[in-house]
Amino acid sequence: MKGEILFRNVRLVDGRDDLGQADVLVGEGRILSLAGGEAPRVVEARGMVLSPGFCDPHAHLREPGQEVKEDLESGLSAAARGGYTDVVSMPNTQPVVDTPEAVRALRERAVRIGQARLHPAAALTQGQEGQLLSEARGLREAGAVLLTDDGRTNEDAGVLALGLRYAASWGLVVAVHAEDAGLRRGGVMHEGAVSFRLGLPGNPGYAESARIARDLEVLRYVQSLGQHPRLHIQHLSTRRGLELVRQAKREGLPVSAEATPHHLTLTDEALQSLDPLYKVAPPLRPRADVEALLEGLLEGSIDCIGTDHAPHTPDEKALDLLRAPFGIPNLELAWPLLYTELVEKRGFPLPTLVARFTDGPRRALGLAPIHLEEGAEASLVLWNPAGARPVDPAAFASKARYSPWAGWLLSGWPQLTLVEGRVVFSASHPELLY
Amino acid sequence: MERKITFKSKLLNEDEVRRALTRIAHEVIEKNKGSEGLCFVGIHTRGISLARRLVDLIERFEGRRVPMGILDITLYRDDLTEIGLQPKVRETRIPFDLSGKAVVLVDDVLYTGRTARAALDALIDLGRPSRIYLAVLIDRGHRELPIRADFVGKNLPTARSEVVKVKTQEDDGEDAVELWEVEST
Amino acid sequence: MSASATPTFPPHLLDFQDWSRPQIESLLETARMMQEVLARPVKKVPALMGFTVATVFFEPSTRTRISFELAARRMSADVVSFSGAMSSTAKGETYRDTLRTLEQMGIDAYIIRADAAGVCHQAYRWLGKPILNAGDGWRAHPTQALLDAFTLLERLGSLEGKKIAIVGDILHSRVARSNAELLPLLGATVVACGPATLLPAHLPGAHLTTDLREALQDADAVMVLRLQKERMDKGLLPSLPEYIAAYQVTRARLAWARPQAPLLHPGPMNRDVEMEGILAEAPQSLVERQVANGQAVRMAVLYHLLVGRKRSEG
Repeated sequence: MKGEILFRNVRLVDGRDDLGQADVLVGEGRILSLAGGEAPRVVEARGMVLSPGFCDPHAHLREPGQEVKEDLESGLSAAARGGYTDVVSMPNTQPVVDTPEAVRALRERAVRIGQARLHPAAALTQGQEGQLLSEARGLREAGAVLLTDDGRTNEDAGVLALGLRYAASWGLVVAVHAEDAGLRRGGVMHEGAVSFRLGLPGNPGYAESARIARDLEVLRYVQSLGQHPRLHIQHLSTRRGLELVRQAKREGLPVSAEATPHHLTLTDEALQSLDPLYKVAPPLRPRADVEALLEGLLEGSIDCIGTDHAPHTPDEKALDLLRAPFGIPNLELAWPLLYTELVEKRGFPLPTLVARFTDGPRRALGLAPIHLEEGAEASLVLWNPAGARPVDPAAFASKARYSPWAGWLLSGWPQLTLVEGRVVFSASHPELLY
Repeated sequence: MERKITFKSKLLNEDEVRRALTRIAHEVIEKNKGSEGLCFVGIHTRGISLARRLVDLIERFEGRRVPMGILDITLYRDDLTEIGLQPKVRETRIPFDLSGKAVVLVDDVLYTGRTARAALDALIDLGRPSRIYLAVLIDRGHRELPIRADFVGKNLPTARSEVVKVKTQEDDGEDAVELWEVEST
Repeated sequence: MSASATPTFPPHLLDFQDWSRPQIESLLETARMMQEVLARPVKKVPALMGFTVATVFFEPSTRTRISFELAARRMSADVVSFSGAMSSTAKGETYRDTLRTLEQMGIDAYIIRADAAGVCHQAYRWLGKPILNAGDGWRAHPTQALLDAFTLLERLGSLEGKKIAIVGDILHSRVARSNAELLPLLGATVVACGPATLLPAHLPGAHLTTDLREALQDADAVMVLRLQKERMDKGLLPSLPEYIAAYQVTRARLAWARPQAPLLHPGPMNRDVEMEGILAEAPQSLVERQVANGQAVRMAVLYHLLVGRKRSEG
């Protein structure tokens, strides 16, 4: 059989299974064969792993309006370097993405850039003001996959209910940043022993669980009206919040949840350094919450990893703890970080982690899953389970060239990323790039 | 800066120290034409016990106990960046008015003259004596400043690699002056 | 010329995390020596001649800034003074810009006050020079705790086994936090008392209570904190009369403490709010000693942070 690229001796791991070694032939945007073939370009991939391309349901790419922090070029390149073939961009930009035109413009620009694919999310309410609903139908048609007021919290439950109902009628998922603004009270870190000792305003875990509890009730309400809403809980960070989600899923509620790489690998103790690099919302939590989240990720109560990649300029992150903006960038290292910390160090099953980066997010967004089989779409990532090297922010494609994990020794670095058979990133085979 | 030093020889024994102090006391009385307006200020650490001895001697000879103060010159040193140390600031206490007095500054060893210079600066900040004398038990030479002692127990030429240690009954359990050698590394 | 060296000190005073009891006691000992300098007619020593010290106050406070500047001048250091708000707009100069500008002028030590915790830590990372924390957010105010301890030691002789009560808005108080860190290091027990909404859930080094009697009972000393009106505006307290009814330190309530227990206040005082105005002049009040001792303590800290260092190239 003839194709375009042949991956020789590569190990196949997707969200279902570790399929062992094979020779994979890619061509015409698809996987042509798992039994080899002929191709003008051959990648000797012994020791490497081929997985479906990762999908990020939650990244802030800052375009339009905040391009000094990141733009589609740098953001989607960073994503491709991180092994991502699909990224959902958050709409809390300037202006807010709440019109079909804005969605269309972003999609078209991303296609021209030709890195990871962009699926723009649009605002749930106009301007994310939390009052008037946005045009879900038009937005859907323009290509939005998700509606969210992320960047803000949905304080008015009535508006959230209306939004869920309307979005459901057009088949769109509603994602929520679940934190009660009143309980949050200007907290810059988790409210607990560390925040009390440091004299920093704290944000208690109950701000999250209280809001999740409310949102699940709203979800039940909308269901009771005979509609089919879908709710996605962003960046779950507490054990209590996880318990609520787990219970809701047991009852069959249509809710999905994501967790971020930072909430799975860092704790509130990091704030002892008083470094705003660790300032994020929701905040880094104590070890007990992190352990609970890891269990939730393993068992699947947490469906997927969402990076919540939140780039800011290094100058902004060098402001003090009260003034520095919230957010941690991590698109380029989410996979190596979680591969090293969860699979290598804790024995997390590899196909499960791959599922959380691939099937999980795609299912939550209503996108088709990608598996390693003949005929499947060739949006793939080739990555190296060995080759440990330290995180070097100076080499990031993202404009946010700083990282809480700077210097951490990680393995699992992506080597090659393909979108529909086209190489969009190559660490060591530049000749393969279009 | 810790240096290793080893004992070389004893330069003055107990009797010699006491005789030197007695002679200084007589010289001070002679220079001052009595004990009127006289006071002593001992420089930390051994200058203090030596000053006290001199005050005792003058009381014995003249029948009057002249006032005494103690002075710490740490805050007036100019050589601390070279040493890189953080020397302990010790007590300065001069419980009488210096104005119009003839002050005898007392130290154990006069060497580069920097301690004496610092002591002069400190004293001038503390009041207006009518005049200041310097009395030392040992003058070991190697002056770096134009300073001289008015009263000297003994002149002792030394090498820069040597250290002169004055021991007093009050501080060390014996009166003696010893010569030590800095070990070259 | 033999010099017995004091224990080496950390290269900054951000809080007491890097400080041992012997180091603190040495610092307080030096402060005692500085008191003698302050008793002279000419209150000046040349120890820090040639050093330049910058006071950088991003949060205004004339009293504290003057106290630091005087301390530096008494040690013969040159003083540069910056006072301004922390700007975070794109157009305004950030405080990092301010510090970098000062750095170019050859500053040997920085005394920094800011409304956000961690600014001094950042400054040390950026500048690598001695940093003296004059108060960062709600987190720490180490020289205040040192002068409080010094003042208490002057009156009580020793802090070993003594019970010190701190009363007021503990949650937002860097004075409370630094005292809760320092006083136990010197052997005291600390009880922190305030309204439930102004009390942190944790304060290492202190026992927490909302009961004023429990706090003041047999206390060897009482420290009263300033209550800021913003707390009512932010809805943390219902009203001033209610606070006064439950937590104002009065003559009658002070009688629960040990007889003649000293009274301290970091200033400035809201008379007849956190404490009965008349107590400020009572013999038990050490408020004036605190201010005077603040000088001696700050001179001692500057001495230990700078002496022995090379002066900056301008």
